[in-house]
Amino acid sequence: MKDLRHTEFYDLHVALGAKMVPFAGWDMPVQYPMGVMKEHLHTRAAAGLFDVSHMGQVILRGPDAAQALETLVPADIVGLAEGRQRYALLTNEQGGILDDLMVANKGDHLLLVVNAANADADVQHLAQNLPEIEIETPTGRALIALQGPKAEAALAALNPAVSDMRFMDAIDLDLAGATCWVSRSGYTGEDGFEISVPGTMALRLARVLLENPEVAPIGLGARDSLRLEAGLPLHGADITPETTPLQAGLGWSVGKARREGPRAGGFPGADIILGEGQIGRTPKLAGLRPEGRAPMRAGTQLFETEGDAEPVGEITSGGFGPSVGAPIAMGYLPARLTREGTKLYGEVRGKRLAVAVSRLPFHPRSYKR
Amino acid sequence: MKYTEEHEWLDEADGIVTVGITAHAAEELGDIVFVELPEVGAEVTKDDEIVVIESVKAASDILAPIDGAIVEVNTAIADEPGKVNEDPEGEAWFFKVRASDLSQLDECLDEAAYKAFIG
Repeated sequence: MKDLRHTEFYDLHVALGAKMVPFAGWDMPVQYPMGVMKEHLHTRAAAGLFDVSHMGQVILRGPDAAQALETLVPADIVGLAEGRQRYALLTNEQGGILDDLMVANKGDHLLLVVNAANADADVQHLAQNLPEIEIETPTGRALIALQGPKAEAALAALNPAVSDMRFMDAIDLDLAGATCWVSRSGYTGEDGFEISVPGTMALRLARVLLENPEVAPIGLGARDSLRLEAGLPLHGADITPETTPLQAGLGWSVGKARREGPRAGGFPGADIILGEGQIGRTPKLAGLRPEGRAPMRAGTQLFETEGDAEPVGEITSGGFGPSVGAPIAMGYLPARLTREGTKLYGEVRGKRLAVAVSRLPFHPRSYKR
Repeated sequence: MKYTEEHEWLDEADGIVTVGITAHAAEELGDIVFVELPEVGAEVTKDDEIVVIESVKAASDILAPIDGAIVEVNTAIADEPGKVNEDPEGEAWFFKVRASDLSQLDECLDEAAYKAFIG
């Protein structure tokens, strides 16, 4: 087995008592001594600091970088203003999702943040399809996320300019002596920031933030339950190369300018994705609330009745929602069964347990728009 | 007090064995969010999977440590699974079993052996 990679914060995680696990080739903290449940609730009540340095940071340079990227994603990149960030999808010819990513317009370049597990494949895909664009993968930069209602105050103590940022702003700011690439975004449903910091300055920034009593280190375990409660899909689970944007409820990320007018289409799978119109293909991703206390995990088969032999769908993400105080899940179902309140059965340890289709998100998002 | 390699503790009195999970097991499992207990009256055989525990991370089973009949279950932990993390070796016992062969307890670990086992 290949050696696991360490982020700049590895020694800090160990010193903080983190339980480390392999994740997409990295040795990452799944939880700290506080535990997943308290870490989750702390992030919703105060502020959580996440090491997300395993995610891929990619820079695209060149005067036509936005037009070029539009040949690979259905999002409106040309219309993205400087200092703003947008959610986008890399699609394949079948209209499936190769990865989901953030794209920021940094003036003379685009900054992409992609999933750790797909980073190498994404860079290869970009390089192969955009030969005229200069692609840079900045080495030695760490990435942290500061999330929760106290995140703004904690970061404003280092630079008050962060308070002027709104959701999806992406600018350069000085923090603890380092020039950081800061965006007001995250993967928890909370207000917060994602901060790319030079590796040599990363530990110092983390330590300064952790000195704030409102800020606690949070592991990947709580990151997963936070995003699930916020109804945010996970690539590789809820969205894959086999699911289209509309199936996953991500039709909103297809830019209006990419649906009609001179820049319509032109991305892989455009005929399929634009052909889905407003109805879309079945199955569709839906929120699910098990009626009992037993969590229904990824892979749980869903049945229309207690006795049916054939499943109608499958859970793609599931677990316990600490803020909801109950099990929650997402899964794919025929469109006819995705109406809120529809009662189905999930098979857990050979038993058919009741589960109801629920609105997403399970926990309200609190972005500062 | 006796222990098993499945991280259960067993406390015997008058032929009734109270069974729970060790503090080490509770710590390793993480925050427990669901417990499914056996039926009172059920006849169980050593190594039957009779309890399901789900933590925020994963599901795991608890095996019957000995042969016998379930005489009582701790419904308080089914209602509030978090109690298992708070007091695993006290209030948060799982079930009581009337042992059909108390000599099976001799195969269990004593405290020193269990401590050595978990390192």
